[in-house]
Amino acid sequence: MRPFGAIAAALLTASAVCAAEIPQADRRSGYSFMKADTKAMQDEDTANPGMLWVLDGEALWKRKLGAANKACADCHGDARTSMKGIAARYPAFDKAAGRPIDLEQRINSCRSNHQQATPLPFESRELLALTAFVSRQSQGTPIETGADPQLAPFIARGGERYMQRQGQLNLACANCHDDNWDKKLVGSAITQGHPTGYPLYRLEWQSLGSLQRRLRACITGIRAQAYDYGAPELVELELYLMSRARGMAMEAPGVRP
Amino acid sequence: MSAPILVGALLALPGGTAAQELRSYSVVGDAIPEPLTNARGDAARGRALVVERSSTCILCHSGPFPEQKFQGDLAPDLAGSGSRSSEGQLRLRLVDASRLNAATIMPSYYRVDGLDRVGTLWRGKPILSAEQIEDIVAYLMTLRE
Ligand code: HEC
Ligand code: HEC
Repeated sequence: MRPFGAIAAALLTASAVCAAEIPQADRRSGYSFMKADTKAMQDEDTANPGMLWVLDGEALWKRKLGAANKACADCHGDARTSMKGIAARYPAFDKAAGRPIDLEQRINSCRSNHQQATPLPFESRELLALTAFVSRQSQGTPIETGADPQLAPFIARGGERYMQRQGQLNLACANCHDDNWDKKLVGSAITQGHPTGYPLYRLEWQSLGSLQRRLRACITGIRAQAYDYGAPELVELELYLMSRARGMAMEAPGVRP
Repeated sequence: MSAPILVGALLALPGGTAAQELRSYSVVGDAIPEPLTNARGDAARGRALVVERSSTCILCHSGPFPEQKFQGDLAPDLAGSGSRSSEGQLRLRLVDASRLNAATIMPSYYRVDGLDRVGTLWRGKPILSAEQIEDIVAYLMTLRE
């Protein structure tokens, strides 16, 4: 049933490099590695800087625009009900594209096809705001990404990429996030790399950022060539990470150090 | 047991990229006994390199660096390196630790082949130069217990 089993099996046989998949019971959000004051910042809506983007997103949700002069709300109504649980299922298979797309890409496809407006650039304030607003409607919802069997080959490819060493430092994602998540890299907790909180506010960025931004930072960190925003390889990594976190609660907008 | 002497395997660089020529070296057993450069390494410069973030050592290692608030704990403490290893062993450890332990996470600091998807900024270049490796080896040799 779960395409995950195949990946785990590949992991166990393929290389001596990686230990094993983190047992379900030991999975922990990046949240649990944080200091009390950072946790409090995420927990309190009034203290969570990500809520500024959520509020912007709510305004954008209702704004009519594009050649179609339609707002998101004209098709989807009240996001509190229509968008509940949606972010917890992304990336999802897109028939037109024939491959998975993430939430940002879904929002942009609604923008081009239904609002007939130009797509928003990745990491633009507006795209982050809409994504944060939609994701917020899934806060507390368990992640379900990956249930669609059509996604299996894409999850497998993301998983391979996760296990594969790359870059001048010759490290795989798994070397840090599966094998060394209880350790510190120059003093910062490595964490298990679960994508539960995105888009999230990073104190280091002084901004909200997407999961793709985070992944590009890790890839550049090991001195590998970062994939462009929107590249299928990045979406497959997002998909793998989300299905790896299946059952964990969504936290967006999260806060991280 | 006499170990094979492997020379110059690293000179076979992929064509096309502006690859930097690495100096050849000989591995004898678990060590590279001869320095990579003619000049001796400088321990003071070596220390400065080890604690500098861009050299990446303290991402993973801790050591006798009281001024460094943040140090890694993915790898053994560097204190006492000079008592545990010979100069030649430290040199091979830095040049290509994967020869000592194929599964190690410690990067190979003087190697450009066998790497995947290296970013354009770093492609074809070793992480450290031969001179920097000699400086770091000289410094590590001063860490005695
Ligand atoms: C050398 C170690 C290292 C490698 C290799 C690495 N990361 Fe990370 N990663 C980190 C650190 C350190 C953080 C920051 C922890 C934090 O603040 O959440 C991080 C954060 C993350 C997060 C955010 C977790 C959260 O709670 O927000 C994700 C997701 C992630 N990494 C995925 C990956 C993927 C995918 C790869 C491979 C392409 C990768 N990482 C490679 C060290 C690494
Ligand atoms: C990504 C992690 C990582 C980085 C970066 C790293 N190392 Fe290591 N290093 C290790 C690990 C893990 C070991 C333990 C042995 C092994 O896995 O091969 C090790 C072992 C060593 C040893 C032998 C220690 C002993 O007690 O036997 C020395 C010396 C050493 N490293 C020096 C360095 C220096 C100097 C740098 C930077 C130029 C560096 N390392 C960078 C992970 C790392």
